Amino acid sequence: MPERKGQHTVLFSSRPTILGAAAVVGKKEGEGPLGPQFDRVFEDTTLGAKTWEQAESALQREAATLAIQKAGFVPSQIHFLFAGDLLNQCIASTFGLRELGIPLFGQFGACSTMAQTMAMAAVFVDSGAADVCCAVTSSHFCAAERQFRFPLEYGSQRTPTSQWTATAAGAAVVGIGGKGVRLRAACGGRVVDMGVTDVNNMGAAMAPAAADTLARFLTDTRTVPAEYDLILTGDLSAAGAELFCELTQQRGLRVQDRYNDCGLMLYDRRTQDVHAGGSGCGCSAAVVCSHILREIGAGRLHRVLFIGTGALMSPTSCQQGESIPGIAHLVLLSDD
Amino acid sequence: MTQREYQKLAARKRPASPVAADCAWAFCVGGLLCAAGQLSADLLRQAGMPLPQARLTASLILVTFSVLATVLHVYDDVGRRAGAGLSVPITGFANSIAAAAIEFKSEGLVLGMAAKMFVIAGPVLVYGMAASVLYGLIYWVVGLF
Repeated sequence: MPERKGQHTVLFSSRPTILGAAAVVGKKEGEGPLGPQFDRVFEDTTLGAKTWEQAESALQREAATLAIQKAGFVPSQIHFLFAGDLLNQCIASTFGLRELGIPLFGQFGACSTMAQTMAMAAVFVDSGAADVCCAVTSSHFCAAERQFRFPLEYGSQRTPTSQWTATAAGAAVVGIGGKGVRLRAACGGRVVDMGVTDVNNMGAAMAPAAADTLARFLTDTRTVPAEYDLILTGDLSAAGAELFCELTQQRGLRVQDRYNDCGLMLYDRRTQDVHAGGSGCGCSAAVVCSHILREIGAGRLHRVLFIGTGALMSPTSCQQGESIPGIAHLVLLSDD
Repeated sequence: MTQREYQKLAARKRPASPVAADCAWAFCVGGLLCAAGQLSADLLRQAGMPLPQARLTASLILVTFSVLATVLHVYDDVGRRAGAGLSVPITGFANSIAAAAIEFKSEGLVLGMAAKMFVIAGPVLVYGMAASVLYGLIYWVVGLF
């Protein structure tokens, strides 16, 4: 049964297992340092679809189907799906997953969705409400650009702090027993707003939320960063990662020697012209559902704090002069 | 930490834009475009076209190349480096309309392409026209005395 520890942390006593996971990505992500670790790389980022939204739906469907297959199930055996994305009304999830016929709880946590859906799946499985659940999310560079920024062919210049929305999807099938990485705990994120208004510096908008969630989790569990092999944020990228380290240090937490960010891992920033690094729900989803789970499975990592980070703005809120609130959900991934 | 303190910290950690390189790119690309426009106008003049038409046709040539570069997915790659060098001349205006037209075609020819074609260029038109009306009024009032 899930048990609350401290203020906002939930411990999963049955230690739900990630029975299967899949990460599928686009061409650019496939050319990045983690390229060989992904289950599928789509050279054609339209995935044969007529629109970018349909392409993202296909990406998400592919990730979910593969993860379910790798876990040794068929879709009808999955009790609940937890899915979300960045598009208005989460259409990549609802349209992409409609043909699977699995009850779907739509989730919105901006780019923190992978951590959020993993936590929800773990709560359902650990409480006995479900035997097997699937957590899935995606993002697509082209679909995000047209919703949040400019038309693709518009010749605009990016700032050094801007990030590259990943064309990627990740899915994890969570159940009880069996072999695989365990979900041991989760900590819910608060909406933290430090008044950042620059849409081209979302790392700065999200870093305070990530530092807040990490500090609350460590307080709730009475642990210190040294007890974890890796503290991994979702998509703070270069500017945000530096701010995260600074903010945690100010709280007396030393994370630098065991810290990384999925947005810095997905691309080679020197050669791939992504400026500050990767972002989007698919960024952390693809990195965690491939490289990180594999590293834990191989025994190179034991306990990983994955902190999914999201910027909760919309084009409307930005145009109305609102600041950008951040949110960060944490899950503890472990090999035992 | 207060919001103000954090914003100061974030500003301090924000890497600066490579202003010198950006300016060099904008200067060179913008200069080349203007030279190309001037060259077109001169050639047209030599071919016997009157000056007003030659200047207008030179603009049309730049617009045509801009739209072609947009359609061929080249414009955004150059624009990423050239910045204002490509967006300030008439090429930028053409690109903003063509890019939006291509992008929103998926929502249909009426509510998508036609309705959203001016999503970037619209403000330029609105305020450009408003400014010219204002200028015309001032010009007229001054002419009365």
